[in-house]
Formats: sequence, C-alpha cells, structure tokens
Amino acid sequence: MNADAPAISGMSVVKLARGVRLHEDPIRGQPVLLAPERAMALDDIAVAIVQALDGKRSLDQIADDFAAKFDAPAAEIAGDVRAFVEELANRRLLEIVA
Amino acid sequence: MSSAIPSISHSAAPVVRVPPPMAMLAELTHRCPLACPYCSNPVGLTPGDEELSTEEWIGVFSQAADLGVLHLHLSGGEPAARRDLVELTRAAVSLGLYTNLITSGVGLTEARINDLAGAGLDHVQLSIQGVSPEGADRIAGYRGGYERKMAVANWVAATGIPLTVNAVCHRQNMGEIDGMIELAIRLGARRIEVATVQFHGWAERNKAALLPTREQVERATRTVAAAREKYQGVLVVDYVPADYYSKYPKACMGGWGRVGLNVTPSGRVLPCHAAETIPSLTFQTVREGTLSEIWYESDAFNAYRGDAWMPEPCRSCERKHIDFGGCRCQAMALAGDARATDPVCIRSPLRERLTRETNQLSATPSATLHYRGR
Repeated sequence: MNADAPAISGMSVVKLARGVRLHEDPIRGQPVLLAPERAMALDDIAVAIVQALDGKRSLDQIADDFAAKFDAPAAEIAGDVRAFVEELANRRLLEIVA
Repeated sequence: MSSAIPSISHSAAPVVRVPPPMAMLAELTHRCPLACPYCSNPVGLTPGDEELSTEEWIGVFSQAADLGVLHLHLSGGEPAARRDLVELTRAAVSLGLYTNLITSGVGLTEARINDLAGAGLDHVQLSIQGVSPEGADRIAGYRGGYERKMAVANWVAATGIPLTVNAVCHRQNMGEIDGMIELAIRLGARRIEVATVQFHGWAERNKAALLPTREQVERATRTVAAAREKYQGVLVVDYVPADYYSKYPKACMGGWGRVGLNVTPSGRVLPCHAAETIPSLTFQTVREGTLSEIWYESDAFNAYRGDAWMPEPCRSCERKHIDFGGCRCQAMALAGDARATDPVCIRSPLRERLTRETNQLSATPSATLHYRGR
C-alpha cells in the first residue's frame, strides 16, 4: 500500500492531476480551479502559479522566473509558491512528476 | 503573495441576492440493480418509461452551463442503466461542465469505462457497501456486486480518471470505516467520502436497522480524524457525521436554493433530492419552465431562501447564516413543519424527544432490512 505522501520541496516538479483543470467562468467573471467536489476561485497570482505548474520546471525555478519577471525577492516568492502548492498537494490535486 | 491562497467559493458570504447555482445533480434514472436499504431515492420510484430522453437531458445540461453550473453529477439510481450514458457524458463535457459519474459500478464494463474516458469524463465516484464480499453484497442486496466494484475501480484507475470511493455508513457497517479507508487507498482513490446515513427515502423506512449507536459515532469520528492525519497528501477523507448525535444541524445543501439543484429522472427540478416530501410545495419540470426561471423565480426555490421565513428560535439565532436552520426535509419528517428548526439542533424544543427516541431505537435495533424497490 502506498501510504506515504511525497514531500513537497523546492526541487519538486508538479503538474495538475487529471481531473483538475482551470476554467474561465463567464457567468461569475473569474477563473476557477475545478476538481472533484471542489471549485476554488483563484486570484491573478494563484492563476499565474497554477499555469506555471507545467510538469517540467521545479518550484524553485518557477519562483526564480517569477522573481525576475515581477522584480520581487526570490526567497519570499519561493515560500509562497511552496505554501500554495502544498495546499494543492494535500487536497490531492497534483501529480508529483519528480 | 499569501493572498494567493484561494478561498473555496462553495462557502460564499451569506447574502439574500440569489447566486447562480454551482452544481447540478442529474438523476438520470431511478433504475438500479442494487437494492440498498439506505438509498435516499424516494420510496415512489420513477418508472423507466417516464425518464427524460437523451435530447431533453442534453438540453438541460446546456441550460445548466448557461446558468453558471460548474459541476454536473450524473447520478441515479444507477446511471449506467442509461444506454446513452457515454453520449450524455460527451455532451456535458463539450459544454464545459465538470462531469462526475456517481455509480455503484454495476453495469459498467472495461470497454464502457474506456468510452467514458474518451468522452472526457472528469471524475468517478464509486460506492462501496462494506469491506467483505458477503457483508457488502448483503447490504446491496446484489450478489457479486463487491467483486464487480473492485474490477471497476481497477478499470477506472487504468484510464487515469480520478476516483472517489463513497461509503455510506450505518449501524451495520460502522465498524468497517478503517477498512474502507484502507480499501480506498488500495483501489487508487484520491478521495473517500464517509457519509453517515441520512434518513430520507428508503433509509427512513430502515431507520430501526440503520441508526448507529452513540458509541459507534464517537468511534467513527476518532477513526476519521486519525486517518486524515495518517494519510494527508495520499487520501482526502471527507466525512458527514451523524446529525442525530450532533449539537447543531448540518447546513443542508449549503442552504436551500443557494448552491445546487437536483433534476429527477422525469425532469422535476428540486432544491434537494428529498424536497418532494414537503407537501406544501409544488415543483416544475424542465418541460414546464427553463432552469433559469425555476432557479430564480419559482415559489419552491424561493420558499426557504434568506431568513425571512424562519420562525424562532432560528430567526434570532447567531448561527442562522451558518446552518440555515438545518434540513427542511428533516424538519418536515420529525417536526411535521418544514419551516421548523431542524429537531437535531440543541435549541429545538423537540431535541429532548429526539434524543430519547434515538437512544431507544439504537438500543433495540431491528434486524430486518427493507430493500429498495423490492
């Protein structure tokens, strides 16, 4: 039985699991993350993170890319990205690629 | 960036303005090979020849998407009893609806599951009745059901479609919750719903056999808490506790006419699956009005919206926007008045009587199961 959840670190590479997708909700005028029995309203930053989870870059690489793009401190961004990704992982919404 | 943590929009702030529905439960059929005594379908089941046609269902899905529905649950009865299940799924997915199949597994083959995956099905919710073939098949009233479910779970896993295991718990299987959680993990599920039986429809008829004891309920709550910790990141454990032993009622349906709607096999549009037990309400079908008209304007959907309908003690209660006074159908069943405070609430004048009856009933359980539809 696989009972151990892989820990999320800066080196983790993840993508949205099958059955989890970003949906542009025209009725409410906002993007939502749709998953089994869940609909999460996302703000612009959350959308940017979700879109960056491409299954290729590590979380640290994604944070570095954001830091360069938005001219913001990389360490702080890395912490925020990881916190958000951990929450998604705890809800079983991610596939851990590496 | 901590503001990036999203909120779950199912729990939107309480406002009187009517929001668009988030979810629709489509009871495609009441036909089902299983005969579970805990079934929440009405005792008066809709015959097959009164079901909506394929075209009618697709029209309803299209209206739902336009209205703002995000999640579509294809349910029943057993939805696999509909020959057009793959076609309905394909249509729903093409409308952008997040499409979930709620199934017993019986009636699904490997080929059909592959067709559903090809049609874009987003999620499968598979019921289990217990952890042993003998026990589970006795509850389901269907020999071979357990083995078929195990096969279905493996076929679903092979497609990659996320799987939720749904376990309705009651007096007869409440000791198996640990085992059911472990079974869900073995089957590759990402999520399990451990839902204590609610006494509507056939379940109401079987209350004396299904009502758990207080000890069972307390143990179940501890089991679920421990499993959540142990399996964090592996399995999401959602739990519906036994409200007969709670202090406050459940926020039934997230509030009447607030989050979701239910369409019966013959197209009747309901705020919840048990709403037809409230005799003062009349419900329209999708042949009589559009979903939008029914959701926003019908008397039945507006009957218990907001808080102006509430009598005391709900009206002046600080929890009225948390639990909305509980379940209207349970108030109808136990208090004889759909507007009454849900009698499971400690502030209900009927709570003491309910506790007495609950203790009495759970101390002298019935061994007789009245099987659904038989």
